[in-house]
Amino acid sequence: MGLTKDEFLALENKARELRKLTVDTVMWANGGHIGGALSATDILTILYYKYMNIDIANPKWEDRDRFILSKGHIGVGFAPVLADKGFFDKELLKTYNHTYSKLGMHLDKNKVIGLDASTGSLGHGLSIALGMALGGRLQGKNFKAYCLLGDGECNEGSVWEAAMAVSHYKATNVITIVDRNKCMIDGRTEDVMSLEPFADKWKAFGFDVKTVNGHDMYALADALDYALKAEKKPVAVIADTFKGCGVSDIQDNYQYHYASVSAETAEKYKKQIDEYHDNRLKNQEKTNG
Amino acid sequence: MANLNYTMLDAEKMSTAEYYGKVLCDLAAKDPRVVGLSADLAKSTKIGALAKDFPDRIFNFGIAEQNMFGAAAGMAEAGLIPFTSTFAVFASMRALDQFHTDICYQNMNVKVIATHAGLSFGQAGSTHHCTEDIGIMRTMANCRVIVPADGMETANAVIAAYENDGPFYIRINRGYDMPVYRDTDYGFELGKAVQLAEGTDLTIIACGACVARALAAAKELESDGIRARVLNMHTIKPIDKEAIEKAVIDTKRIITVEDHNIIGGLGSAVAETVTEFGKACVMRKLGVPDTFSIIGLHEDLMSEYGYDSNGIVKTAREIMNVTIEEDDDWDDDDF
Repeated sequence: MGLTKDEFLALENKARELRKLTVDTVMWANGGHIGGALSATDILTILYYKYMNIDIANPKWEDRDRFILSKGHIGVGFAPVLADKGFFDKELLKTYNHTYSKLGMHLDKNKVIGLDASTGSLGHGLSIALGMALGGRLQGKNFKAYCLLGDGECNEGSVWEAAMAVSHYKATNVITIVDRNKCMIDGRTEDVMSLEPFADKWKAFGFDVKTVNGHDMYALADALDYALKAEKKPVAVIADTFKGCGVSDIQDNYQYHYASVSAETAEKYKKQIDEYHDNRLKNQEKTNG
Repeated sequence: MANLNYTMLDAEKMSTAEYYGKVLCDLAAKDPRVVGLSADLAKSTKIGALAKDFPDRIFNFGIAEQNMFGAAAGMAEAGLIPFTSTFAVFASMRALDQFHTDICYQNMNVKVIATHAGLSFGQAGSTHHCTEDIGIMRTMANCRVIVPADGMETANAVIAAYENDGPFYIRINRGYDMPVYRDTDYGFELGKAVQLAEGTDLTIIACGACVARALAAAKELESDGIRARVLNMHTIKPIDKEAIEKAVIDTKRIITVEDHNIIGGLGSAVAETVTEFGKACVMRKLGVPDTFSIIGLHEDLMSEYGYDSNGIVKTAREIMNVTIEEDDDWDDDDF
């Protein structure tokens, strides 16, 4: 399928917009998981604006593609996507974390329209996605269950229980994506608990692995196209990313796993996001002409 | 209640879990959404009965309970009605985070039928006993908890779980239970205790394997001239407050009996109602006395810890001798 130039430009623009909306949401929420939210922005953008087969008017449509945010702590980065898609009013983002708000740090599917699972405790998402995929298959439905995991999350044994089963059941309708930003709360993944050789681990569990630059829309599109065509082996996309991607003050710094942002800082971060996306576009044009 | 023709003849031949397997097959035949999930215990839990007629609707997840519970939540979201079985100790503890977050918090239509509960797998030791699960599971919002007294009641409980949307935890024993009911048609109702014997001297409130023991104890107490009411409190949550309050008013003496730690289970649930009711009542909780059990046969362990029929009789005699202060004797001026 790939991306046309227009699609690419639209996605780039959307990712820039959503990064800025994420920063604002962190400000409104008086703090949030900004680092891991910004590392995942491009993945969320391409899924929700290119790949996911959903119906905004019918959020519970039985045949819709599912998306499970296994790294459930990045609600501040995901709620803006659902709001921007039109599942709920963007104004709601301004109530984030407020008492009685529908939006909290970890999103609740019984409160947030468009959300397919309540996540937050790590290592759960891939199992839920597998269940949805097996349920879909048994009922002759063709939907996909996309699951976005964090890399630190892959310390959890339950991720590997799920990986073993996805592979055992040849659940190629599960599309596994890992946001490999190489940071977790206490430090860098390789310092806290080594994950490497990470791709080999997934391969050993029976996956076909595609490692791509998680901030390159063309590369992500190629990997997702590949995963969607899989028939024999499920595919795991390892998206190499930077924590805090787009905000030079915090990028690739594990200490910005969670942070609060003042109005002034938010303005500064948003300027940095513009600079980042301007450069990214220029570099992309140089590469692809 | 579901036109299932189970009789005493079945009771003699079938273990409690076999009732479950049979009912599940009946439900699966009626409803294509019913599926079974196992973690390498399809045979022991009898959920494997589905394999014969519905091979594509039984999923084995291997020895990976966390994944099984998460997948059950996903299947429910996709429109299926997953029945998920493993031993109670693993269902309630090994995969509890998934049960809490993926199933209860999201209010998914998942039924957990946990086998080998209490001390019913007595010789296996405390790694395979489960005397904590009622306490754990009744603190899970959205979750209903049933402890059936025997095979017939297991059939009713499984059907009730199927008929009512949302998470259920049903706790059954390994092997054979002493039959309490001759058939399934005795008026089982979710959240309503079944009165099995009438009496006004004291009330024995029991669940699971202890119901048959409570009935035997009540019979023996008759020879002392003590008339014991026996309540089968099969549903621990929501608990039947009305039946408990009535027992307080009518008998002023309550003994709870359960195959579970005396902390957190049936006894605690009953005590919560009694204290909130605020009327004078003598209460004793029988069960495993907050200890990891010795190994042995289920029967012997119940006897060891004083919650077999002899233990119930002994406790009943004791509390009949306790004097209850009348409310009138209380003088607010003393405080």
